[in-house]
Amino acid sequence: MNPESPEERNGTPVGRRVFLGTLGLGALGVLTAPALQRGLESLAGKDPTGLSGLLPNGGGFRYYSVAASVPDKNATDYRLTIGGLVDHPRAYTLADLRALPQTRLVRDVQCVTGWRVPGTPFEGVRLADLLDAAGVRPTARALRFTCFDGTYTESLTLAQARRPDVLVALRMQDKDIGHDHGGPVRLYVAPMYFYKSAKWLSGITVTDRVRPGYWENLGYDVDAWVGRSNGRTDEPTG
Amino acid sequence: MNPPADAPARPSVRLPRFSRAERWVHRTTAALMGVCVLTAAVLYIPQLAVLVGRRELVVRVHECAGLALPVPVLVGLAFRAFRADLRLLNRFGPHDRLWLWAAARRDRRHGARPAGKFNAGQKIYAAWIAGAALVMLGTGLAMWFTHLAPLVWRTAATFVHDWLALAIAVVLAGHIGMALGDPEARRGLRTGTVSGEWAKREHPLWRP
Repeated sequence: MNPESPEERNGTPVGRRVFLGTLGLGALGVLTAPALQRGLESLAGKDPTGLSGLLPNGGGFRYYSVAASVPDKNATDYRLTIGGLVDHPRAYTLADLRALPQTRLVRDVQCVTGWRVPGTPFEGVRLADLLDAAGVRPTARALRFTCFDGTYTESLTLAQARRPDVLVALRMQDKDIGHDHGGPVRLYVAPMYFYKSAKWLSGITVTDRVRPGYWENLGYDVDAWVGRSNGRTDEPTG
Repeated sequence: MNPPADAPARPSVRLPRFSRAERWVHRTTAALMGVCVLTAAVLYIPQLAVLVGRRELVVRVHECAGLALPVPVLVGLAFRAFRADLRLLNRFGPHDRLWLWAAARRDRRHGARPAGKFNAGQKIYAAWIAGAALVMLGTGLAMWFTHLAPLVWRTAATFVHDWLALAIAVVLAGHIGMALGDPEARRGLRTGTVSGEWAKREHPLWRP
């Protein structure tokens, strides 16, 4: 019904070739991604402008929040409560936490979605010290962490929580932890994927069994060792 | 009804360019793509992520819009006019090569850029964005259903998904920018008809 010029009907099928070529390039991209990614990361490491931070996998931290909005807490209204199966439940202010012995660790941060930030200093109170001060009862097996974003939760077994590389962190990258990074206080679990390092930490409850946290209820591993969980093979950070 | 094949389209006449079904395919695809791009921006740009939060919800919306993205085109295949236009988009004639040469030389004279119903740029855009959308769908599914794909593929799929998203954002901005610069082309997709003058100027070889 629509008379077309012959070349419009019988020309070369370039469209199909472009379409299939794009699909092929996509598949090739997936196959060569590991090599390409390594190359780009080494290039980005030498970038003095910092512009590469805007590109995919450009390095640095990414902001993830599962809540609609997160209140600001500061030295006057921040509290960290420790309760559950302990002999001495209590609430710490920011000043209380700062007055305790501080530990500084410098490790890589590995996110379960793939990004990794090398050599990031974290500083704070060993979780083991807080547990000792609280007096953990013999029936206790695990910890549940709650956050003042009102939504996020995390968990650790008692043995994991007592590791020397698990901190209630007050400083990151040698600065007080800002709000976007989970400040003023966040958990830092050095040997595990970064979702274990709950931001905006406000409560620690000692429990008789592990109660899976927010992402763990959505399918992520509870024992989230870097390189040995979530089907990933990253270099360990512990 | 049809003018002789060599006669120019009469001015001041409205020429039928897109059927109702085709316009709805374009509209719904554009809306779904818009949702994909906006949610992607929220997931990707830290400042927006800080503003919106609700990561799990945003991910869910992004996944649903991405899955639905090919549906309008697949439904469109049931319509004769849509299939006919796909055929025109696929086939390249000698005039398309001239058009591409003129574009490469930044020659903006209409005489230098012969085109049928679709010009060569539109044809390449259509084929590329269709392929790119399917690559996004495939890599997106590999990121989503991690237990289905071999595990090393997840990072690779993420890598391709991220970089191709950037490329699509640039190309899509070009597509929208050119539409903004051509009200009559937009009218064609809104009402289905275009003016004879416009058709003669932009698509001289088109015989509606």
